[in-house]
Amino acid sequence: MKEKRPTETSSSQRLKFYQTGTHTVGNRLLDEARRTVQASINRSNAITSGHRACQGCGEALGARYVLDAAMRANDGQVVAVNATGCLEVFTTPYPETSWQIPWLHSLFGNAPAVATGVAAALRIKGNDNVKVIAQGGDGGTTDIGFGCLSGMFERNDDVLYVCYDNEAYMNTGVQRSSATPPAARTATTPAVGDAPGNVFGTGKFVPLIAMAHNIPYVATASVADLHDLEAKVTKAMAIEGARYIHIMVPCPLGWGSASQDTIRIARLAVECGLFPLFEAEHGRVAGAYKIRRKVPVEDYLRTQKRFAHLFRSGQEDTERIAQLQRMADFNIERFDLMEHEEQA
Amino acid sequence: MRKQMEGSQAVAEAVALCRPEIVCAYPITPQTHIVEGIGALVKEGKLKRCEFINVESEFAALSVAIGASAAGARSYTATASQGLLFMAEAVYNAAGLGLPIVMTIGNRAIGAPINIWNDHSDSMSMRDSGWIQLFAETNQEAVDLHIQAFRLAEHLSCPVMVCMDGFILTHAYEPIDVPDQSQVDAFLPPFEPVQVLDPGNPYSIGAMVGPDAFTEVRYLAHHRQLGALSAIPEIAAEFNDIFGRTSGGLLQSYRTEGAETIVVALGSISGTIKEVIDDMCDSGVRIGAINITSFRPFPLETLRHALTDTKRVVCIEKSLSPGLGGVLASNVRMALRGLGLPVYTVIAGLGGRPITRPSLRDICSRATNDELDDLTFLDLNWRVINEQLTRARDTRHSGPIAENILRSLNPGGDLTAS
Repeated sequence: MKEKRPTETSSSQRLKFYQTGTHTVGNRLLDEARRTVQASINRSNAITSGHRACQGCGEALGARYVLDAAMRANDGQVVAVNATGCLEVFTTPYPETSWQIPWLHSLFGNAPAVATGVAAALRIKGNDNVKVIAQGGDGGTTDIGFGCLSGMFERNDDVLYVCYDNEAYMNTGVQRSSATPPAARTATTPAVGDAPGNVFGTGKFVPLIAMAHNIPYVATASVADLHDLEAKVTKAMAIEGARYIHIMVPCPLGWGSASQDTIRIARLAVECGLFPLFEAEHGRVAGAYKIRRKVPVEDYLRTQKRFAHLFRSGQEDTERIAQLQRMADFNIERFDLMEHEEQA
Repeated sequence: MRKQMEGSQAVAEAVALCRPEIVCAYPITPQTHIVEGIGALVKEGKLKRCEFINVESEFAALSVAIGASAAGARSYTATASQGLLFMAEAVYNAAGLGLPIVMTIGNRAIGAPINIWNDHSDSMSMRDSGWIQLFAETNQEAVDLHIQAFRLAEHLSCPVMVCMDGFILTHAYEPIDVPDQSQVDAFLPPFEPVQVLDPGNPYSIGAMVGPDAFTEVRYLAHHRQLGALSAIPEIAAEFNDIFGRTSGGLLQSYRTEGAETIVVALGSISGTIKEVIDDMCDSGVRIGAINITSFRPFPLETLRHALTDTKRVVCIEKSLSPGLGGVLASNVRMALRGLGLPVYTVIAGLGGRPITRPSLRDICSRATNDELDDLTFLDLNWRVINEQLTRARDTRHSGPIAENILRSLNPGGDLTAS
């Protein structure tokens, strides 16, 4: 096997392992220090077992890795603030809670502001070793909480905000959000009529809007690469000021996908270019996760019933599939996602 | 020390004396001078160990206060009118979470039509939110109520709104005694939260509660308010001991001994009412007044006791529940249930309309003769109302009401000529 140039990303993975056919790295292949937090018996179990997420929930997986990585990075001194949504509901059905860390849920649209308040109080109380993580779904982040999010960024408050993006309002029964991709079927964008599914708008990619605030750190991540996700969280936890990580978390229920396919679908989203993985510091892109093996968007779309109307037998919607392909290609170009051939 | 100052500045200094740790600010008339005053004190270094946070909306202002309070910091914000409505969801949330935040309301009307002047519609819209609502009669009382509010809030783990009339109090300059720091420190101990976000002792705060327990949680919110009915007078008495001044309490009676007619009101209008009462008493009319300081919890039994021997009650109120009438009056009727006393509602001072002594005297005189309708709108311009009603009846597309009325009032603005 010929050795490849290390990627430009912050990933703790400096080598690529092709044995699994993907970028996945089994813990057995890594030395102790590089193994995922979840491989350690000392993991914090910030969200412990027994919560009520659906089988195959990408958000539960993402949140667990985010918080345990954050706990490790900050020696257990973490407070979590949560927007209303699936993560809030499935972790805290009264009188039970899955949270083994201090956790506050206030409202749907105010998690960034509540986190600002918690961070300010910790600072004034002299507890500024404790770090605040605010979290919400795409609805709570890109729609209803957007004003508070922008305010928190603009003030550069000492908060790490994590958006678990499953591309619709899943908690209320799969309605469209501003993060829902074009053509996707949701309960409010049904797959009927001349233009079934969601509209082809101009899009709203909040990581880029976060970057427009020049905050110290912005990253996207995916549950398809949990090492990369953990590395980004760890990096973010060491930075002061407003930080934003936007994580794609497939939702089997809302997307109409098989629960065992969550990781595979998340990976296809990255490899087709529809969900770019990158990091940005102070408003500048600082590195992108390269696509090793580009796949057509069709490979990603076909895994999910929310796009099934694009592939009806005998009347495949080639035009709209091509539009989605152009979006993916645009991302690849914009974020320079393709691994360039050996230059060394 | 007693000095001539603006109400807002006095409140700013009073809040600063309470050693708030987090103050959130978003501008809205007429509360802006208060947070500006506190902001300056923080910036000048006169108010130490306090973060002044400029936020992007009222919703964020109270949300930041929620987070700060849950993390154990004494938290304060102020708003008014549209701002209070914009933060409404957080208003209920703060009460539901039992966070002892203190918030000033510079009472102002709610649009449309947009109006920046005083009435009580804003506070009334949040009367069921679970916050304690205290109404200040004077700027001195506004100062004193803020100091009591922190004590009360933290004693009960319940947020407190101090309501002061916009412009009439917030922008009025008068002699005000702003207490010493040592007095306030003696009265108000440091904040000891009942629960706090602490990695050493993690709580989940704000969990989902279903039908199995929601009623019990809500009952406890009611129970807490009932507890305030005894805590408010106790704290006011203790305040009196330290500061040598009577302020606050559930309600204040004025010349009610032997009064056959009692005028009930909230806020600064009580000053004008007292002058009218004096005039009428001098003329031999047996009339008195009650100023309600605590609107939530509503002092049902104290008020009932205070009104038992009178023959009629007149509620002068700066808010309207369209389709019902008076908000205060319906609460007063609840206090008087079964007594058979007439309760007249007078809607007055909406959107900043002056409530004059002649108008008040006229309405009180008519009340003492039982010549008042159940619901009266003080100084209502019936010509303008009838013109608009006629216009709307005759013309389907008769235009926006507010603009029509302005043209009716304006000389040369005769719509029929256009």
